[in-house]
Amino acid sequence: MSFISMLLGTLAFTVLGPIIGCFLAGLDRKISARMQGRVGPPLLQPYYDVRKLFEKENVSVNSSESIYITCALIFALLAGGIFYSGGNLLFCVFIITLSSLFFIVAAYSSRSPYAEQGANRETLQVMAYEPMVLFMAVVFFMIAGSFDVSAIFGQEIPVIVWGWLAFLGLLFILTIKLRKSPFDLSYSHHAHQELVKGITTEMSGPTLAKVEIMHWVENVLFLGWIGMFFVWDNPLSIILAIVVVLAVYFLEIWIDNNFARVKWQAMLKSAWAVALVAGGINIAILAFL
Amino acid sequence: MAIFEPLSMMGFLIVFPLVAALVLAVARNNMVRNVVVIASAVIIGLVSVVFAMTNMGAPWVLQEFSSTIVDGVCTVVSIIVAAVILAYGIRYKNVLATLLAIVQVVGSLIFEFMFAHGIHVEYGLYFDSLSLLMTLIIGVVGSGICVYALGYMEDFQAHEPEGAKDRRPTFFALMFIFLSAMYVIVFSNNLLWLFTGWEVTTLCSFLLIGYTKTDEAINNAFRQIIMNLAGGIGFLVALYVCAINLGTLDFLEFLALGVTAPTLVVLPVTALAFAGITKAAQMPFHTWLLGAMVAPTPTSALLHSSTMVKAGVFMLVKLAPVLLVCPIPATMVILVGGITFMLCSFLAISQTNAKRVLAYSTIANLGLITACAGVGTAEAVWAACLLILFHAVAKSLLFLCVGTAEHHIGSRNIEDMDLLFDRMPILARFMMLGIMCMFIAPFGMLLAKWATLVSFTETNQVALIIILGFGSAATFMFWGKWLGKLAGIAGQPKNVEKSVHLSEWMSMLLMVLLVIICCVALGAISQYMVEPYVHSVYTSGGRDLSSDNIMLSALCTILVIIALFPLARTGKGRQVPIYLAGVSRDNDSRLFQSSFSEPREATSRNWYMENVFGEKRVAPIGVVVCSLIIIAAFAVACVALVGIL
Repeated sequence: MSFISMLLGTLAFTVLGPIIGCFLAGLDRKISARMQGRVGPPLLQPYYDVRKLFEKENVSVNSSESIYITCALIFALLAGGIFYSGGNLLFCVFIITLSSLFFIVAAYSSRSPYAEQGANRETLQVMAYEPMVLFMAVVFFMIAGSFDVSAIFGQEIPVIVWGWLAFLGLLFILTIKLRKSPFDLSYSHHAHQELVKGITTEMSGPTLAKVEIMHWVENVLFLGWIGMFFVWDNPLSIILAIVVVLAVYFLEIWIDNNFARVKWQAMLKSAWAVALVAGGINIAILAFL
Repeated sequence: MAIFEPLSMMGFLIVFPLVAALVLAVARNNMVRNVVVIASAVIIGLVSVVFAMTNMGAPWVLQEFSSTIVDGVCTVVSIIVAAVILAYGIRYKNVLATLLAIVQVVGSLIFEFMFAHGIHVEYGLYFDSLSLLMTLIIGVVGSGICVYALGYMEDFQAHEPEGAKDRRPTFFALMFIFLSAMYVIVFSNNLLWLFTGWEVTTLCSFLLIGYTKTDEAINNAFRQIIMNLAGGIGFLVALYVCAINLGTLDFLEFLALGVTAPTLVVLPVTALAFAGITKAAQMPFHTWLLGAMVAPTPTSALLHSSTMVKAGVFMLVKLAPVLLVCPIPATMVILVGGITFMLCSFLAISQTNAKRVLAYSTIANLGLITACAGVGTAEAVWAACLLILFHAVAKSLLFLCVGTAEHHIGSRNIEDMDLLFDRMPILARFMMLGIMCMFIAPFGMLLAKWATLVSFTETNQVALIIILGFGSAATFMFWGKWLGKLAGIAGQPKNVEKSVHLSEWMSMLLMVLLVIICCVALGAISQYMVEPYVHSVYTSGGRDLSSDNIMLSALCTILVIIALFPLARTGKGRQVPIYLAGVSRDNDSRLFQSSFSEPREATSRNWYMENVFGEKRVAPIGVVVCSLIIIAAFAVACVALVGIL
C-alpha cells in the first residue's frame, strides 16, 4: 500500500472511525442496560458526554499530559487508517502499540499513585495481549501470503478456514483490548471494581474527551481485525464480516456484564497460555502442512 | 592520492589508535589528556566516515597485503596477552584462568610454528559493506564514548577516596587499544590476525572491568576472561581444523568453501560460532556481561554498543551464509540466540538497577541478532545488520545518560530516577528518546525487529516466531515502566544537571543526533550500507519492508521527537494538585492530609514481578538448556568430522 493511500485512509478514518465508534459505544450502553434490567441512556449518549467534556474548563495536573494524550489519539487514528486503507497489518499493530505507550506515559507523568497503578496495569495488559496479536498477524501472513490487509480481497477462501484457532485466541485477548471485564484492569466502565478511575484518574475535560474518542477508534480498529477473518474475493462477504463483528461485539458485552475483574496474574497467565496454544499450534500447522 | 587508498586508510585506523594509546599511557596531565583524546577521537571518527563514504556500496574488496612482520607481531601480541592473563591469574590465584591461558598460549604457539607457517594468505586485509558499517559504529560511536569518558572519569576520580592512585592513563590507553583491536577484527581476512584482534579485545575488557581493583571487580573480570578464553579456545580449534583439513587461513576462502561444501566445515563453523556466542554474551555465558557492570560506565557503554559484544555478532553475521546450508551449527546458533532473547527480556523486567536492565536488554538484543544470523537468509541478515546499528547508537546513548544521571543523583536505581524530567530536563528527554528507540515503532530497532519477524515467518521458524512474540511483549513491559518513571512531573524540583561536563553533553548530543539520523534515514542506510552487503553475499533478496512503510515510519519518528522535545511541556490550562484521597499538601513528595488530619505520604513503585520473572527462577532454565544445546552441537559436529576423515 502506498504512502499516499495510507495518509488518505487516515484522513477518512479520522472522520468515520469516531462516528462508528460512538454508535458502537451507545449500543454497548443500551445493551448493557437491558442486560441489567434498565432502560439505558439514548443511543447518542456517548456523543453528548464527550461534547460536554470538551466544553469543560481545561484543568490538568501538569502541562505534558494533554500533549501525550493528543499523540495517543493521533497514532490510534493512524493505525486505523493504515488498516482500513489495506496497509500492512504488522505496521498497524506496532502503531497502535505506540498509541498505547503514549496513553501509559501520560498517566505516569501525573505521578498520581492511582494513575500510576493504572499505568502499571495497562503496561501489563499490553504485555499480556501482544504475543497473540503478533501471532494473529503471522497467521494472517501465512494464509494470505502478505501482511497487507488488502490481500484478503484476493483470497478464494476466507482466512478463518485455516486460521480459526488464531481467531479464537484473538477473541480471548479482544476482551483485554476492548477494556471489558474481567480484563478491564487498568480502566473500567464499572465503578464498583475500579481504583478511583484507574489510568484516567488525573484526566479531565478535553483530555478525557480525547481518551474517550481514542477508545471508540480503537474499538472500530480491533473489530476490523475480527472482520478481516471473514472476507474473501466475494464482495458479499463484507456483509458476512459485519454480521460476525456485531455478534462478537454482543458477545463481548455479554462477557463484560457477567464476569468480575480478575487479578493480574490470572490475566497474564491465561492470555499467554492462549497465545501459546492457539497461536503456536495454528502457526505450526500452517508451517508444516 | 595515496592517503585515500583503502589500504592506507585501513592501516591508519588500526595503527593510529595505538599511537594515541601510547601517548595517553604516559600523559599524566589532565589538559594533555583532554586534547589528545578529543583530537584522536575526532580524527578516528572523520577517517572512519571518509573511508565508509568513499567506499560505500563496495562488495568484498580484498587487499593484497601479507607480511611476515605482521605475522610476527601477531605472535608476540598473543604471547603478551597470555602472559598478562597468566600474571593476573597467578597473582589473584585463579586456577581456571591460569590453566586456560596456558592452554591457549601453548595451543597458539604450536599452531603458529607448526601449522600456520606453511600457509600463505595473500590477501591479509579486506573490507565489505558490513565492515564499513562496523567501521562507522566503531569510529563514531566508539570514539564518542572515549570523549564522554573524559568528563565522566574526572567525576569518577573525584568520588574516589582521598589519595587514591589516578589510573586514568591506563584507562584511556585501554579504550583506544580496544578501538584498534576492533578495526583489526573487521578488516582482517587472515584468520590468524583476526584471532589476535579477538584476543586483544578479550584482554582489554578484562583490564577495564577490573579497573577499580575491588574484590567484586576482580571476580567479575576473571569471570569474563574465563568465559572468553573458552571462546578463544573454540576459535583456536577452528583455526586448527582450517589449517589441517582445509589448508587455508583465508576468511573469504573459508566462507566460500563453507557455502559450497558445508559438510567439510561443520566443526570449524561450530567452533567459530561458539566463539561468537561467548563474546556476544549469550546464555550460559551471559553472566560476564552482567558482571562487567562494575566497571566505570564508559567501559560498559563501549563493551555494549560498539565493541566487544559486537565483535561476537559480527563474526556470527559473517558466518550466516554458511549457517544457512550447515544445519548443525545453525540449530545451535538459532536456539541459543532465541532462548537468550526471550529469557533475558523476561529477566530485565525484574531488575531495579538501570545498568542491569540495560545489560539484560543488550544480551537479549544480541540474542536476536544471533538468531537472525543462524537463520542465515538474506532477509534475516538484513535485519541483523540493522539491529547491530540501531542497538549500537541507542544503547550507547542510554549508557551515557545513565552514567551521567548516576553521578548527579547518586544512584543507578530506576526508582531513584523519579522526577528526573524536572531535575535533569534535557538528560531525561535524551534518555526517553534512547528508550523509545530501543523498543517502539516507528524507531529503527522495532523496524529491524519487524523485518526479523517477517524473515522468521518466511522461513517457517515456528519456535523463533513464538520466542519473538513473548520476548517482545516482555520488552514492552520493562522499557515502558522505566519510560513512565522518567516522565513523572511534579512541582519544581531543583535542576541538578547544570554541572554536567561539556564533554559529556557533546557525546550525548552526538548519540542523540545519530539516533535521529539513523531512524529518519533508515531507507537510505538500508540502500547504501546494508543491501550492498546482502547482495554481495546472496546476490538477491534483502529488504522485507516496503519503502512506503519506511517513509511513514520516518514521518512518525519526527512526530514523536517533536512531541518529546519542543512540545512536551506546552499543555495549556489551569494546573491543580493530584488526587490523593485527602487534602493534597505537597505534590513533589505526594504528601496529603488524611481523614485523621495527619500528614501522610503516598508512595508507589514500578512493578518488578520478582515471583514471575525473577533471576532465581528464570536464569537457571536458560543456562541449562543453552549449555545442553551447545554440548550437543559440538558432539554432533565432532562425529561429523570423524565421518569425513
